[in-house]
Amino acid sequence: MVAELGHFALILGFTVALLQTVVPLVGAAKRWPGWMRFSEPAAGLLFLLTGFAFAALTYSFVVSDFSVKLVWMNSHTAKPLLYKFSGVWGNHEGSMLLWVLILTLFGALAAWFGGGLPPTLKARILAVQGSITAAFMAFVLFTSNPFLRLEPAALNGKDLNPLLQDPGLAFHPPFLYLGYVGLSMAFSFAVAALIEGRVDAAWARWVRPWTLAAWIFLTIGIALGSWWAYYELGWGGFWFWDPVENASFMPWLIAVALLHSAVVVEKRESLKSWTILLSIIAFGFSLVGAFITRSGIITSVHAFATDPERGVFLLLILAFFVGGALTLFALRAGALEAKGVFGMVSREAALVLNNILLAVAAFVVFVGTIWPLISELLFDRKLSVGEPWFNASFTPLMILLGLALPLGAMLPWKRGQLGRVAKRLSGAFALAVALGALIWAIQTERSALGPVGLLLAAWIVAGSVTDLLSRGRKGERLARLMRLPRADWGKAVAHAGLGVTIAGVSGVLAWQQEDIRVVQEGDSVVLSGYTITLNDVSRAQGPNYISTMADVTLSKGARVISTLHPEKRVYPVAGMPTTEAAIDGGLWRDIYVVIGDAQDGGGWAMRSYYKPLANWIWGGALLMALGGVLSLSDRRYRVAAGARKAPVSGVAAE
Amino acid sequence: MIRVLCLALVLFGTPAFAVQPDEILSDPALEQRAREISKGLRCLVCRNENIDDSNAELARDLRLLVRERLVAGDSDAETIDFIVERYGEYVLLNPRAAGSNLILYWAGPGMLVFALLAAGFYLRTRSRANPDGETKLSEQEAKRLAEIMRE
Repeated sequence: MVAELGHFALILGFTVALLQTVVPLVGAAKRWPGWMRFSEPAAGLLFLLTGFAFAALTYSFVVSDFSVKLVWMNSHTAKPLLYKFSGVWGNHEGSMLLWVLILTLFGALAAWFGGGLPPTLKARILAVQGSITAAFMAFVLFTSNPFLRLEPAALNGKDLNPLLQDPGLAFHPPFLYLGYVGLSMAFSFAVAALIEGRVDAAWARWVRPWTLAAWIFLTIGIALGSWWAYYELGWGGFWFWDPVENASFMPWLIAVALLHSAVVVEKRESLKSWTILLSIIAFGFSLVGAFITRSGIITSVHAFATDPERGVFLLLILAFFVGGALTLFALRAGALEAKGVFGMVSREAALVLNNILLAVAAFVVFVGTIWPLISELLFDRKLSVGEPWFNASFTPLMILLGLALPLGAMLPWKRGQLGRVAKRLSGAFALAVALGALIWAIQTERSALGPVGLLLAAWIVAGSVTDLLSRGRKGERLARLMRLPRADWGKAVAHAGLGVTIAGVSGVLAWQQEDIRVVQEGDSVVLSGYTITLNDVSRAQGPNYISTMADVTLSKGARVISTLHPEKRVYPVAGMPTTEAAIDGGLWRDIYVVIGDAQDGGGWAMRSYYKPLANWIWGGALLMALGGVLSLSDRRYRVAAGARKAPVSGVAAE
Repeated sequence: MIRVLCLALVLFGTPAFAVQPDEILSDPALEQRAREISKGLRCLVCRNENIDDSNAELARDLRLLVRERLVAGDSDAETIDFIVERYGEYVLLNPRAAGSNLILYWAGPGMLVFALLAAGFYLRTRSRANPDGETKLSEQEAKRLAEIMRE
């Protein structure tokens, strides 16, 4: 019964979404205030209906209603409660419903908090958002209905994929979707502005918080996924250039570019059409991501569903929205008159360079991701494009970006002198070079990766600090620093976060050490000055798995640092084993231990890793997100939000 | 990332480890070379995973094959050629920069050069643009500005 109610709510929602698309568009064209305002209650109602459908599905999972096919396929009575919740989106149908729920959430938020927007623009934004929602609701209803029944009902379910039974994975998809789908707001703003034919500083100011929020979620989502892969998959890899990782990374790169170009529109009214284009491309890449994950056209470890019918449907959605938006762009971009004069050396020019490097980086990732497909279709060459290619093609762009970042961030608007900025940054540069040289001198292997990576990282972090400090005059620096706008702090923190992540990545890649061997119980392994002793191995019964758990002591010299319990689990219902690495984490290094199979001659296979600066990778990502939050909380956006009271009279006057 | 989802796992039952202790060669230099080569070879039954990280049986066979060739005295290039001959180009994670693949290799740099040129052209027009247009606010803009300033 509950499932049917959910199904019904979804169908109702679909009709509401169609109305939300048509009515406000007509209203905005004819300047009928009532029709335009229809978009607001419609967006709210749409969110409530989808929320109800989602709650109905969640209820079916929590009470283990195995007469619902999806629950039967992805749940089990013995599964811990947290995973009964997260199991809702641990499958194709449920995750699509979550996708739609977030689409409607953003629509409703825009309806509720978008008070400062001109009424026609707001109506059009909600209409575009409604059309995206309608398309995805149709996709869910016609190809991926989560409410289908199973007849006869089963006694128990097939359990959730054990790999997904992890707290990290419970939060990874919602954050990622908040990011992906949040970019739909930038898209709706862009298309609405194209219909209006007007893009100005105010538009950029409105669109930026939405993009920023989406980008924050996307950053956290990607970092969570990477962190999860690191501790779960048993060898501590954190990024694999898998097509689906790329699918989340491309919108992220474009969103970063968009955030920066929107600054130029906001402050200088330049780069308007480029910013609009980026908004379209950013959400376009989100759609490409959905297509890649769910069509099965590109082999990926993430592939959810490999159903050609779904693939075709998604391709149609992609073609309609991106194709339509680009056509509109081609027709209207000419009307977006560029203002603002600036020199070849200026903040504007630096932000153009930032955009070029990020967009080309996204393009490189895109080409690498789809090349196997193109090559097979056009040249009949079946090949793979993997990690080595991506590392070689992507890294140089990031090095250029990192080198230019501190300089560009401090250049003045309109016209600047590179020499003057370079002089102010000379301290930061000297520090970075000194650090790089020091590391070069003390490291044992003569690899350039570590020193160059840390030099770059130190340059970015020190550059951000210099940028902040340079705002205050001598004497009153500290007081002035505290009074700086939050956006300035956000900028510095986010940039420093990038530096920290670069340090982490290069640290792990350059100096990781590993040891793989058969260890008898009671024996030790020495790795980078640490002693890892396997005390014993025992069997334990978990709620829905059987565990082989090792007891390992980590010590340095005579000092015991910690006791670790790496596990190997077997989930009997799903018939799948997983490895649960044990990690002794720290600021400077992780020690990562994995227990393997029992060996014929006695003893256990054990892998231990020393991973310097590993936590910096995700710490840096968190700093970037924190920078975003700081910037989002800046007074200027609250001012813009507060403006919603003023235009009420304006509407009445129309 | 869900690499262990690897079909192979389900098909071949209990997973072996990625690199097993019994596979490791006694000569560390040779082993190091084997590891480097393994990182560039794809586990064919997995999804986008190199054989060094993979748990699949087939990946293990390939790892052993790599080591066998190295012990037999092959160079790195000869070992890779041997494997490509048997399993096809698909096995390489870093595709060869030849033939149609040149498009793949030149797409990024080409785009970068194009974008830089386009941006250079754009910046030139911006730096020479007539600044008169920007100093005056349109009536609508002035109204909006007044509204913002009131807040």
